[in-house]
Amino acid sequence: MREITYTEAAREALTEQMAVDPSIFVVGEGIGERGGNFNTTLGLYEKYGPMRLRDTPIVERGFVGLCAGAAMTGSRPVVDFMFIDFILDSMGELLNQISKIQYMSSGRIKMPIVLRGCIGIGGAAATHHSGSYYPLFVHIPGFRVATPSNPYDAKGLLKTALTGDDPVLFLEHKLLLNRRGPVPEEEYKLPFGQAAVIREGSDATVVALAVMAPKVLDVCDALAKDGLDIEVIDPRTLAPLDMATILESVGKTGRLLIADETFGPCGIGAEISAQVMEQGFDDLDAPIARLNGVHTPTPYSPSLESAIIPDNAAIEKAIRDLVAE
Amino acid sequence: MANDRTASSSEPLVALYRMMVLIRRTEEQLARAHQMGLVPGPCHTYVGEEAIATGVCANLRADDVVFSTHRGHGHALAKGVSPRAVAAELMGKATGCSQGRGGSMHLFAPEIGLMGTSGIVGPSILQGAGAGYSFKLLGSDQVSVAFFGDGAVSNGAFHEGLNLAAIWDLPVIFVCEDNMYATEVAFRDATRVQDVAQRVRASYDMVAARVDGNDVLAVRQAAEEAVARARAGDGPSLIDCKTYRTRPHAEGMRDGGYRSAEEMAAWKQRDPIAAHAAWLIEAGHASAADLEAIEAEATTTVNDAIEFARSSPFPDPSTAADFIFSAGA
Repeated sequence: MREITYTEAAREALTEQMAVDPSIFVVGEGIGERGGNFNTTLGLYEKYGPMRLRDTPIVERGFVGLCAGAAMTGSRPVVDFMFIDFILDSMGELLNQISKIQYMSSGRIKMPIVLRGCIGIGGAAATHHSGSYYPLFVHIPGFRVATPSNPYDAKGLLKTALTGDDPVLFLEHKLLLNRRGPVPEEEYKLPFGQAAVIREGSDATVVALAVMAPKVLDVCDALAKDGLDIEVIDPRTLAPLDMATILESVGKTGRLLIADETFGPCGIGAEISAQVMEQGFDDLDAPIARLNGVHTPTPYSPSLESAIIPDNAAIEKAIRDLVAE
Repeated sequence: MANDRTASSSEPLVALYRMMVLIRRTEEQLARAHQMGLVPGPCHTYVGEEAIATGVCANLRADDVVFSTHRGHGHALAKGVSPRAVAAELMGKATGCSQGRGGSMHLFAPEIGLMGTSGIVGPSILQGAGAGYSFKLLGSDQVSVAFFGDGAVSNGAFHEGLNLAAIWDLPVIFVCEDNMYATEVAFRDATRVQDVAQRVRASYDMVAARVDGNDVLAVRQAAEEAVARARAGDGPSLIDCKTYRTRPHAEGMRDGGYRSAEEMAAWKQRDPIAAHAAWLIEAGHASAADLEAIEAEATTTVNDAIEFARSSPFPDPSTAADFIFSAGA
């Protein structure tokens, strides 16, 4: 199978859907002729022009609220935030309007809007260009949240986002963008709420989110040489969250670690942990463990930045500790 | 021009009166229902401002869309929502226009273009602009109307929404209902420029008209021009309507301390319904008896609506979390 980058895979999904659905348009800063800071829309302006590739002033609240109104009246807006940190200026429109209007209208109004942007720490981007924020959206009823970790998932999940009728946060970790992976040329979609078991094993389960998925896989390959057989699950979407796959795995291994680059408090690991306690307590042979980035704004200097991210050594230690419990 | 005061056909002119009276009677009964404890939540009336919704919506088709505010009963009724559906919604009933999910502040009837009234000041402006974007993108000649008050004018949504609509030539009519107070904060204390039309012309190079919001014919005329401009693809407009609400911000709220009895009395003298009635009679479009018949008809309709709402069932509690996501998702 051919191999393409994460960015190319996501762009392919957008390109294919824009070709078949004239109601899709993209807004953002520099997504027109320039093709997007992260090449998310490269080459599309030449095909579709300014009504469908709409460069905006720097007014996140304004264009997010505008896209809400567009989604309510027959369009499919894609908001390209570039860095997802910029979404924070539009939180009122997101939490009070976009997530609620299907409910408020008793299902008579749809809200097919895709909110995409880069998440994560890396490249000395410092604290206004390194956030992830997905637990905020998982907490609010009405959002779908996708965090693809590889090109295949990126294309399949974006296809689903662009053909569904719900608001979707599509979050692309910036350190994954240039990674290559196999992507079939045939049409496919990936359903939301279906985790992937990306490594099978029997000694412990690691749920690895976004950028942590490839990092955990690397560590587990090394641990296999020491005879440790670790199962790794990538949830792929955090809302809906496929707890069934996680519970089934914990039923097999009896041990669970949740590895997530972003914050621990009230985070995805806390939620998964609580649900396993409620639904799989008897399967546990050890306390559930979490591995998170440090609960701090993101510093700039590489020596500080690397100090707040769980690195491979930290992942290895967390897994060894869990298995030794 | 159809909206000229010298128009020969009386019926559209009388219809404006009929709608304003229907809004007034409905809200008087809703206020009473609120006092009786039949409305479990807040109730923000539009009493005194009826000419604006009536004059604007008289120019709209059913497939044109309206985005409204917390003070939205008048917009809903003028867009064609029945008094039954409004009254039932305020009483929290399954037969309400939002099936009991919204109440006074969240009225929805998208099937006839009422895209929602909002408890947050500002989003109607942005969503109204967004509907305009849809219509332009999809090649439709529908238009979008955003209602908002003077309280929204100093909000970022106003600047961002009007600027975007202007630079992209969107088919939107922005209707500012300047009733002089944002809840209880005076507009004169909220801005250096109370002439919203002037500000909009200067800041966004947008066509803007300042009209007497208590003169239904003036509002209708300005809206006719703005709707025609939008439908023709000539971009957005703003209508700055000067008006006054003669009841408290919300029913049951203390209404003192921020405005004077003299001011209130002066504005009550300028009641939009009484003014239009006098003009209809003077211009020979209707007799006093005609107007009394319209009043009686409205009273009957509203009494029926209140009775319908009172006798309607509450929603099934098992449906409380329905419709969070689209069907089948």
